[in-house]
Formats: sequence, C-alpha cells, structure tokens
Amino acid sequence: MDAAVRELSYAQAIQEAMAIAMDMDDRVFLMGEDIGVYGGAFQVTGDLVERYGTDRVIDTPISELGGAGVAVGAAVTGMRPIFEFQFSDFATLGMEQIVNQAAKMRFMLGGEVSVPVVMRFPAGSGTGAAAQHSQSLEAWLGHVPGLKVIQPATPHDAKGMLLAAVADPDPVMIFEHKLLYKMKGHVPEGHYTVPIGKAEVRREGRDLTIVATSVMVHKALDAASALEGEGIDIEVVDLRTIRPIDRQTIIDSVKKTSRLLCVYEAVKTLGIGAEVSALVAESEAFDYLDAPIVRLGGAETPIPYNPDLEKATVPQVPDIIAAARDLVKGVR
Amino acid sequence: MAGASKAVVDSRANLPFVYRQYSPEQLRQVLHTMYLIRRFEEGAEECYMRGLIHGTMHLSIGQEASAMGICMPLAEDDQITSTHRGHGHCIAKGAEVSRMFAEFFGKTTGYCKGRGGSMHIADVAKGNLGANGIVAGGIPIAVGAALSSKMMKTGKVVVSFFGDGANNEGAFHEALNMAAIWKLPVIFVCENNGYGMSTSTARSTAVKNIAERAAAYSMPGVIVNGNIFSEVAEASFKAVERARAGEGPTLIESKTYRHRGHSKSDRNRYRTKEEIEDWMANRDPITLFETELRDFGFIDDRGIQAIRDAVAKEIADGIEFAKASPAPEIATLGNYVYTEQA
Repeated sequence: MDAAVRELSYAQAIQEAMAIAMDMDDRVFLMGEDIGVYGGAFQVTGDLVERYGTDRVIDTPISELGGAGVAVGAAVTGMRPIFEFQFSDFATLGMEQIVNQAAKMRFMLGGEVSVPVVMRFPAGSGTGAAAQHSQSLEAWLGHVPGLKVIQPATPHDAKGMLLAAVADPDPVMIFEHKLLYKMKGHVPEGHYTVPIGKAEVRREGRDLTIVATSVMVHKALDAASALEGEGIDIEVVDLRTIRPIDRQTIIDSVKKTSRLLCVYEAVKTLGIGAEVSALVAESEAFDYLDAPIVRLGGAETPIPYNPDLEKATVPQVPDIIAAARDLVKGVR
Repeated sequence: MAGASKAVVDSRANLPFVYRQYSPEQLRQVLHTMYLIRRFEEGAEECYMRGLIHGTMHLSIGQEASAMGICMPLAEDDQITSTHRGHGHCIAKGAEVSRMFAEFFGKTTGYCKGRGGSMHIADVAKGNLGANGIVAGGIPIAVGAALSSKMMKTGKVVVSFFGDGANNEGAFHEALNMAAIWKLPVIFVCENNGYGMSTSTARSTAVKNIAERAAAYSMPGVIVNGNIFSEVAEASFKAVERARAGEGPTLIESKTYRHRGHSKSDRNRYRTKEEIEDWMANRDPITLFETELRDFGFIDDRGIQAIRDAVAKEIADGIEFAKASPAPEIATLGNYVYTEQA
C-alpha cells in the first residue's frame, strides 16, 4: 500500500507509537494489567511482548494504585514508563498516585525532579460494559495542575500525541475512547508528533462552532454533514487536549461563527463543556455571540447496561443535529 | 582519642555489629548526626512556637537511631522515600540543616524553594526522593525507583521509610507484592512507634508484629529495637547486601517511640505521661548510643561535649541562614508546575 494513504486502526496506531518510542529510547517501557501475552484488554499492546520481551512489556498484578506508583517512581528515577489502566474507571483506584504524587512531585520538590510518565486510559460507553467499565473521567484529571490530559480522536493523532506524550517531561494522561480503537484512518509511518495543547479545526464553517472531544468529534462531523443540506454550515473543533486547553482556537472559532455548542460524553455537569463555555464567556468572543451557549453532555446518571438506555445516556448524532439546528435557527 | 582507639580495635571482636564494621571516627560522626537530627527538630519546634515557621510538623524526636541505623550502610547515590515524619531520614541521608531550615521558613534557598515545607522535605542530590504527606504514598514510588535501578543496572538500593500506620494501607501490600515478584533492590522500613496518630497498633493491626506481614510476600521480615543504633544498622546492612546481590526485598520493623505528639495539634490523650517519661528516661536512642560509645572507649566526655557544641553552632547558623534567605517572589507562584514553565 502507498505509504501516503496507509491506514491503521486507532489501536494499531497506538501500538505502533509505543513500538517506535521503545525503539528510539531504551528508557521507555510498558506496564499494565494483562498487556503481555494477552495483548491488553483491547489488544492495544497486542504482540509487543514478543518483540520487546517481558522486561519491557511488564504484566503487573491487579494493583492499580501500586502499579501507578511504581510507574511514578520509575519515571522520577530516569525511566520513561507507559502505564496502561485496563479501563479508565480503574483510575479511581490509582487516583492517589496520579493526583497527589505524579501531578505534584515536581512542584513540591521545587523543580528538582520531573515525572515523565504516560498513563493510558481506555474510556467511554457504548460497549455494554455498564456502570463501572464505561465512564469518562477525564475532567477529574483535567482539574489537577501538574497533569496534562489529552483525548486523541483519530488514529493519526493517537500515534502522534502518544509520541509527544512520551517525549514530554511531565505526566501525560491519555484518554482513549474504546469505540475508536477499531476506527481506521491515515497514519504516517515513522516518528512524528502532534503537539499537546493544540486543538484542531476538523471542519470549517460559518454558522456554528461545535467544540467536541474524542468520539464526539466524529458524531459532530456526521451531524455537520447532515445539516449541510439545510444550508447550515458548521465548524467542528476537535479539542484534543483538555489540560492545557487551547483557548485561542476556541475563541477564534466562536468569533467567526458567533455560536457555540459543546459536545462531550462525560456527565454534563461540571465538565469540559462548562470550562469551554466559561472561557468563551470570559473572552472577547462573548461580544460576538448571537445565541446562548449550549452544552450536550452525558446524562446525570451512571452508564446503564441496556443498550437503548446506554445510547440515551450520551449525546448521539440526532441530538447534535437538533441542538445545532435550533441554535442556528434561533430557537434557543 | 587516638590512644583509646587502639585498645578498642584489639577488643572489637566481642562488640556489637557497628563497632566491628565501622571506624571510631565514623561512629563519632553517627553520634554527631543523631544529635544534629535531635537539635534540628528541637530548633524547628522552637521556631514554630515563636511563630517563625507556620503550618505544622511531625517530629521524630526519639527515633534518631532508626533513621541513622538504616541509612548507615547506604551509599550516597542509593535512594530513599520518606514520610511526613521525615526530618531524621533527610539528615541521616546527608542533607544540610541550613537548607532544611530555609525550607521550613518557606525561603527560596530551601530544598524545595519554599514549595514543600516540612512534609515534603527532600534532597534529591543526596538520594532523598522526598517526604510524603500521604501515608504509604512513598512505598510504591520506592518500588518504582528500585525497578529503575534494576532496568538501568545502576546497582542502587532504595529504602522506603514508613510508619506503622502505613502497614494497613493498600499501597503497602501492593508495593511489597510487586517488589517480591520482581525481586527488586528495595528495603521496606516500618518505623513502628506504636501509634498511627492516636490509634495504637494493638487496636489497628491484626498481627502482633508488622514484620510478620513479610511472610505474605515471601521476603525476610526482621524485627529490631529501633532505639539501638547497632541493631538497626546491622539489619539494614544485611538487607542492603541482599538487595545489592539481586536477592530481593526485605521488610525491617524498627520498633521505636516518638517523644512528641503526632503533630502540632496533638493533645496527647491516647498515651500516659508515665509511658512517655519511661521511653525518654530509659530508652532514649541518643543516650543509649552515647553511653555505649563511652563505655567501649570510643569517645570521652570532652569528645561528647565537642559534638554537642558543634551541633549547637550548626543549628544556630542554619536558623540564621534561613532567616536571612529571600522569600519567593509572588510572581513565581506558577513555577515548577510544568517543566517547561521553570
């Protein structure tokens, strides 16, 4: 296949990035539950253990707190660990090490250390895994100074942002939506990075800005295509990083379109949509707004098992279409 | 002193471990460091009472032999993780008291540039990866540092200090298990001072001795009298040898006692005056070591006084250094959050 149009799945792109990182730097290694011969719960590490051995692809016991702490300790002392949480929900078990240690160690020690750890979190609903295996907890970590929190939405960005994360001297938390793992897209060969802290305008438009994260970027793009026929021209901003957030790209887009819709899967209240809305309201873009800001987020409920209930919990394409149409037509 | 030490050397075979292992000069230095820890904490406490230091602090007065004994066999580039009661560990690993005082005073010359204070005191250059405000927070980090040592083949040994309270945290159990299955060069040192804040180990812990927990992780569990320097140092020496040889971790339970309360908020309602006085009068680790040194002819009264005077000057100078040091500029508040910022 022509390298220029080579396609990989999102999971393959991450795996390729980890292999490149390990090839480039002996300090890089992988840790996590069942990431060795099993290949990871979502087959992201796949067969890497066969290529790199059990010394660099380390199966941990089921010890999220201890495992996260070991990764932090290794990072502080010269290694470059990539630690996989089997599900992002299990971040709750490792939160002490993430929030109190990884995020604060450099600060508490007056800059005497850096904590170059990468943690990966398979996140999100849509797999029928119910309330404890489907959450989107990125905003929890996005609230913590000292961490960087990213949500790549495409295979291209999954690879490039992981390679940027490995090169970053500070702790980077990567939230990977499980529904994206099988999505295919163009992924260049070899090493490249996609910068942390930069949003990407996925589609340009004049009538409305949708700021979306992760899998919602694709739903927003579908909604935008559907509304083309109605003469509604939507700009879609893929936020990509929630800390540090790219204020300027959001502000510039809203100044252009005068309308803002935030779409994200995590529970709506106190989430990334509130942050995006507030930063626009606080900025010069406020004066450009022709309509109230609207948020579409997850329902105020745990993720249910029943598939219809599960779908109803998070924004779907028809919800985005309806909200966008109402906003542009001045119904809201 | 020189005259005394020749006789000492000849008769050392019957003496406890440290007198056979270390030179008289090294042992006198140990006494110096133990006094330095004691006087540093007394000085910090006094500065706190006078309002020169704010916040809170957790004093380890009474636990000096434990900190010193464990650190005695460590090389400078060996590493430790410490606890909220970590001043002694920091000094025992080689920190300068002037920069520690400066940190407590919140000054830029402090080890953490005034960002950490007592509870996060560290000296990375000397291998102290930091005290920790979270009980058991440093234990998995020590295991990670030991994993680095093994992967990078640096030969470093890592010591994780923690208290008896930490032995009931999940992090303790997860960390010991991983260290054991991966045979990492780490030593777990439980300084059991009898109380996790106010709750005695008898009320909080299902095993009589915390060292018994080692059996669950297939590693040696060693109990030492934490107030006897030689006992602690001998156990540490063996554990360091074992770790350095690639044979894996050891759990040392160092039974000791803190003379002061848990922190500055302690009203001392959970232990009796008699209990505290008994430990202070009969089992003070500095008195025990000093008496031994004198009895064995390693030091005389003049030598002891010289150490006390030198330490007193070091403490006074340290406090002056801290007072005279500049405070951080408010504009630097955001420094050290991210590496690219500062």
